[in-house]
Amino acid sequence: MKYKSQKVAKLYFIAAIGLFVGQILFGLIIGAQYIWGDFLFPEIPFNVARMVHTNLLIVWLLFGFMGAAYYLVPEEAETDLVMPWLANLMFWIFLTAGAATILGYLLVPYAQLAELTKNELLPTMGREFLEQPTITKIGIVIVALSFLANIGLTILKGRKTVINLVLLMGMTGLAVFFLFAFYNPVNVVLDKYYWWWVVHLWVEGVWELILGSILAFILIKTTGVDREVIEKWLYVIIAMVLITGIIGTGHHYYWIGTPAFWQWWGSIFSAMEPIPFFMMTVFAFNMVNKRRRNHPNKAAVLWALGTAVMAFLGAGVWGFLHTLSPVNYYTHGTQITAAHGHMAFYGAYVMIVLAMISYAMPMLRGREAANSTKSQVLEMWGFWLMTISIVFITLFLTGAGILQVYLQRFADNPMPFMVVQEKIQLFYALREIAGFIFLSGLLIYIVSFFVGSKEPEATIEGEVVPT
Amino acid sequence: MAQAFTKAMARNIFYGGTAFFFLLFLALTFQTHSALPELDNRNALTGPQGEMIAKGKQVWEENDCIGCHTLLGEGAYFAPELGNVYKRFGSTDAIKGFIASRPKDGVPGRRSMPQFNLSEEELTAIAEFLKYVSEIKTARNWPPNTQG
Ligand code: HEC
Ligand code: HEM
Ligand code: HEM
Ligand SMILES: [Fe+2]
Repeated sequence: MKYKSQKVAKLYFIAAIGLFVGQILFGLIIGAQYIWGDFLFPEIPFNVARMVHTNLLIVWLLFGFMGAAYYLVPEEAETDLVMPWLANLMFWIFLTAGAATILGYLLVPYAQLAELTKNELLPTMGREFLEQPTITKIGIVIVALSFLANIGLTILKGRKTVINLVLLMGMTGLAVFFLFAFYNPVNVVLDKYYWWWVVHLWVEGVWELILGSILAFILIKTTGVDREVIEKWLYVIIAMVLITGIIGTGHHYYWIGTPAFWQWWGSIFSAMEPIPFFMMTVFAFNMVNKRRRNHPNKAAVLWALGTAVMAFLGAGVWGFLHTLSPVNYYTHGTQITAAHGHMAFYGAYVMIVLAMISYAMPMLRGREAANSTKSQVLEMWGFWLMTISIVFITLFLTGAGILQVYLQRFADNPMPFMVVQEKIQLFYALREIAGFIFLSGLLIYIVSFFVGSKEPEATIEGEVVPT
Repeated sequence: MAQAFTKAMARNIFYGGTAFFFLLFLALTFQTHSALPELDNRNALTGPQGEMIAKGKQVWEENDCIGCHTLLGEGAYFAPELGNVYKRFGSTDAIKGFIASRPKDGVPGRRSMPQFNLSEEELTAIAEFLKYVSEIKTARNWPPNTQG
């Protein structure tokens, strides 16, 4: 850690991991409700537990992104954050608002929460991922603006690197596209059309800029490869992201009452969206192979390579699987979508945040560069358990999805939804088991922060021979 | 990457490509807006009927129906597609009857839908909203069949 103000990142990372645990616990609750329909009913209905699961995911990823930025921006800009106190203050505001919102979901019926928070004044609630009361959404905007001011001014003051610039563009885009959450017309087609400007243009647009820049940062730090090379790659990757991803939004405009030309635009452009993910994989492995030095933090390198592979699998491969309109006609809104959603979110965004935490946390906790070997070994156990579990969750949901599509939409005598669900129970049970293994991986990951603290740092074994 | 391909070139492709494809996206959005009146059943949204549907959408959102159901394939995958439930059930009364008759404590062992205690007016509104959605002209008449 070169700059004192980088320290604020630690708070953000701790909160991120804490909320991650909550996300998974609620994932297991809804996973159980898939098997035992009346589990926790009517105390915690499925929709409530689901919004806790997905909203905690978004919130902890945002904590992770902000933490990453507070660590990375000063180091890249070679100057302290302009307003560390603001970063601290916003942390507590965001955490309080987030906790209050989650408690609101759990403690009062959703309709009452809508009434309490005066949803009728500016109705924004009750849409997938955007369930937060309007007041919380306004809070998110305020937090985002203070955050942008903080890193923006720091970047202006200091050295301007491509990594900082791309990160800033990604974060600005995140804030700008979130504003579409406030647009909620009665016309359902328009509502859906612009809802995707938040959801799709986030995960397949501006968030990928954030992903790319954090990955580039970690690779520079851990491989010692020339910055020029890495920055060139970064530009090419994000160029491909936006060239394909913006019009790729059209893969959500097939069946919602939008005109038929989207079948072509959406299919062609989104079919190219895997390209930048593939480039990210090639990029990460290339840089590690060309490394000028070995970094003692092997766990961080593992996470960085892991995210490159898993993002390609989850977003690239599982996205491509159902993105062409003739396929999507059958798979739209089925377990296939859920399968893809899980692996893509995990591979791209969970893993990049954990990669950054892995890289930065040792320094934030007073180490020179890395944790002890003992701690890293445990962390890598966490890596493998979580990653393999998510692969299985994805495979089981894909199995469920294929059967669902066949029985409900493809067979000669299509069966009703609820009947089909009973027939694919087995896959949901298997998914739940994989979910528990995921949780054990997460717990081991957390334990890794508390073991081997007294042992010496891991050291580099041997120098690399440049090839 | 080859040396002839410089960072400046990569940067220019990024800015140029993004600007170009974003503008193209805006043009397609404009095109969509011009085509929508034929497709999105907006005529239903006028007059007292329209107010009823607007109210129905509010009921839909403030009870988070999307947290269990899909609507035109978007939402959660725990409960049946509702974009075409009007066609499946055949009338707004049947929809109202279903929603109103949910047991407070659920159905033992079965995925259950909460009892929302909606007023008669709210029930009518939500049913009219679902009817309106079912009359949106989706491409290829999605969903593939009435089971949704
Ligand atoms: C906690 C989850 C949950 C929520 C929230 C929910 N539902 Fe349901 N809904 C279900 C389930 C489960 C079924 C299937 C019930 C069955 O077949 O026994 C269902 C069935 C239906 C059906 C009949 C569909 C069919 O084809 O059989 C309608 C209509 C319906 N819901 C409307 C609504 C509306 C309107 C709302 C919001 C006010 C809503 N639901 C909220 C779980 C939910
Ligand atoms: C990291 C990047 C990505 C993430 C996090 C992600 C996540 C998601 C999620 C959560 C959904 C479900 C949305 C909903 O609830 O309705 C979804 C839908 C979809 N995604 Fe992705 N995705 C990513 C990248 C991609 C890519 C690259 C493609 C195409 C190649 C793709 C294709 C699709 C399609 C076609 C759907 C719609 C599914 C349906 O019709 O139900 N995604 N994605
Ligand atoms: C580990 C155990 C987990 C279980 C049992 C689980 C279970 C579930 C269930 C049942 C749903 C609701 C599906 C529906 O709408 O019907 C869901 C949704 C979702 N979960 Fe998980 N989940 C787990 C972990 C995760 C992880 C690690 C992530 C993030 C990487 C994640 C991200 C999501 C997302 C994005 C959705 C919305 C999907 C969509 O709309 O398509 N979940 N999860
Ligand atoms: Fe998308």
